Amino acid sequence: MKKYTTPLIDELEKGPWPSFVTEMKKAAKTNEMANDAVGHLEKCYSTKVGYWKHGGIVGVLGYGGGVIGRYSELGEEFPGVAHFHTVRINQPSAFFYTSKALREICDIWDKYGSGLTNVHGSTGDLVLLGTKTDALETIFAEYSSRGWDLGGSGSALRTPSCCVGPARCEWANYDTLDLCYSLTQEFQDELHRPMFAYKFKFKMSGCACDCVASIARADMSIIGTWKGDILVDQKEVANYASKGMDINAEIVNMCPTHCMNYDGKELKINNAECSRCMHCITRMTKALKPSGERGATICIGAKAPIVVGSLLSWVVVPFIKVEPPYTEVKDLIRKIWEWWDDNAKPRERIGEVIEMKGMRSFLEAIEVAPMPQQIREPRKDPFMFYTEEDMVAFKAKEAEEKKTGKYKF
Amino acid sequence: MAIPQRKTDIGPPKYDQFLPPVIKKNYGKWKYHEVINHGTMVHVGESGDKLWTVRVASPRILATATIREHCDIAEKYCDGFFRYTTRNNVEFLVSDESKLEPLKKDLTARGFKMGGIGAAITNVVHTQGWVHCHSACTDASGLVKAMMDELMPYFESKDLPNKVRLAVACCVNMCGAVHCSDIAVVAVHTKVPTVAHENFKNMCELPTVIGSCPTRAISPDPANKSVKINAEKCMYCGNCFTVCPPISIKDPERDGVAIVVGGKVNSLRSNPKFSKLVIPYISNEPPRWPKAVAAIKHIVEVYAANARKHERIGEWIERIGWERFFSLTGIDFTFQSIDDFTFMRDTMRTSSTFKW
Repeated sequence: MKKYTTPLIDELEKGPWPSFVTEMKKAAKTNEMANDAVGHLEKCYSTKVGYWKHGGIVGVLGYGGGVIGRYSELGEEFPGVAHFHTVRINQPSAFFYTSKALREICDIWDKYGSGLTNVHGSTGDLVLLGTKTDALETIFAEYSSRGWDLGGSGSALRTPSCCVGPARCEWANYDTLDLCYSLTQEFQDELHRPMFAYKFKFKMSGCACDCVASIARADMSIIGTWKGDILVDQKEVANYASKGMDINAEIVNMCPTHCMNYDGKELKINNAECSRCMHCITRMTKALKPSGERGATICIGAKAPIVVGSLLSWVVVPFIKVEPPYTEVKDLIRKIWEWWDDNAKPRERIGEVIEMKGMRSFLEAIEVAPMPQQIREPRKDPFMFYTEEDMVAFKAKEAEEKKTGKYKF
Repeated sequence: MAIPQRKTDIGPPKYDQFLPPVIKKNYGKWKYHEVINHGTMVHVGESGDKLWTVRVASPRILATATIREHCDIAEKYCDGFFRYTTRNNVEFLVSDESKLEPLKKDLTARGFKMGGIGAAITNVVHTQGWVHCHSACTDASGLVKAMMDELMPYFESKDLPNKVRLAVACCVNMCGAVHCSDIAVVAVHTKVPTVAHENFKNMCELPTVIGSCPTRAISPDPANKSVKINAEKCMYCGNCFTVCPPISIKDPERDGVAIVVGGKVNSLRSNPKFSKLVIPYISNEPPRWPKAVAAIKHIVEVYAANARKHERIGEWIERIGWERFFSLTGIDFTFQSIDDFTFMRDTMRTSSTFKW
């Protein structure tokens, strides 16, 4: 095996934080591909440019994604990374593993790939970094025969991911792990065979803490919420106070809706005015908990800056029940995709298409009524559409008012 | 050796087979949790069962040897069960308190770093960088390593007013929630791309290339059977390069990094926010990016000294005002911080009330 001197990246083995260079060198001890990846990276550090080419089309038979082609411009100098494809393995919900399962994943990867991984990639997949084209079918057979499938890539449904949810969190308002699993299974075809205008991501968070950043990263953000009151355990409130929490400064005055008060003895919440932001609950988790009907708010549209600026998802369905077999959620998804399919140009995310076509077109297609919960504020301009049906409805309302003698705005 | 029979469309294995018994028993019935220190928290079920979580840093790029070491540890203390987090940490789960201290001792002895829970700095969400991405204009892993070496006390033990979520994107594609982080580094190009006209017609699709440009700077160049790029409109986003390899935008002396601050994704107290640009350019300085690291540390320290308890960086800045953020941090205010792109009209100050 070629021995590389790597003075620049060696600097990144110093210091207390765990070093990715150490990891790469660990793999390089026994793996030619990883060894060349180390030399290749040192070269990047010395010239301050990357040498990876645009992805090529590689994959496994019958799938249109799951493998990202990666080739180096410096294949002759570093033959081990001439092909260095990424394989995305669909992770289990909430990233729980057993050692047995992960050892099996590692054994296969050492046999056919570089021995380097990302645990996990940004979207959530367990990412296997670096293998050659002719190994792909074998890798897929080895993994799939043991119960592991590939994740999404390209203009497809991307691998859904969720927060830790009810598995280890008292704040989850629905079963994020199960919904994630169920949607992934339901939409296998959309995940493996790119048929969309561009990528589409689901992320499931159990509450407004949004530990998977769904509001910023998912075309469809499914964020848990509730409809009942926050139950207050006054004894625990007193405990927090006695342990030094300044309840007025830290809780009451930080409530965005000013729906709480505390007189030194009792914490009172005007639940009708609460917007369920989770601040008080997360700070006093022993004392406060939601009650009543549970479900989720569906927001649509988030994406990173390319092409014309980032979007955060916005509210489309303020409340939806999220219970197995999740028929209501799945039906909504199908309607959303159908409208997107009909209206998107290539490489247009759904948020961008809604911006182009307007919320009305979108909401009518998915059969959701306009609601003030969907917006931060109404439009500021007077440039709006009136359909013939709108005018008939406005006129009919006025005719009714004339009959009853009572205005109905 | 025979290759096993492949299966398709099976999806991931069902999660429940990977859940430890204590989680299966208390699934959806957790009552509360307490953060014991930055490395440990305990969840308590309605049943009275307790589950300790020990969080350990990871460089995200892992050799299989290290994953196997995680497996060894999990087998020794956690009956083989463990998990990873959305921010690339490892979490060891212990339901028997007597195993907690030996686990932590063993982790320390092996050189693993515990931390990141609560009002702390946890692992950095980041992209592939030079390690594995074609559009990278810096190395994400290297920047993260250099940053976290410097910020280690905030990971392991030091408290902040609230959590600070960091991210690094190696180009403006911003894979991961870089655009909604408390502090993020985004690598930028600063020069108009060049076009290798002779390859254009064989490798690129004209409408796709024209459509890829957010500022409509690209127009057809019929004489060359290619495109031309209007230098007055180009903002160097590199999206044209992504859809058309003969377009070249990398430049080792001009590529660099920008720093954005004040984003968040949760809805606690205030709505989710985008991060905003405060430092438009720092040269790429591998292997340790000293100026970028110093800038991040400085912003964290000014935040720590000035914010109220529970305020995230973005909330603190909204309370004091951006003009005060720039004066407190001493960061030069530049033209680049004034939006002249999508959000311009929402970001101007439309009143005469501001601070000196």
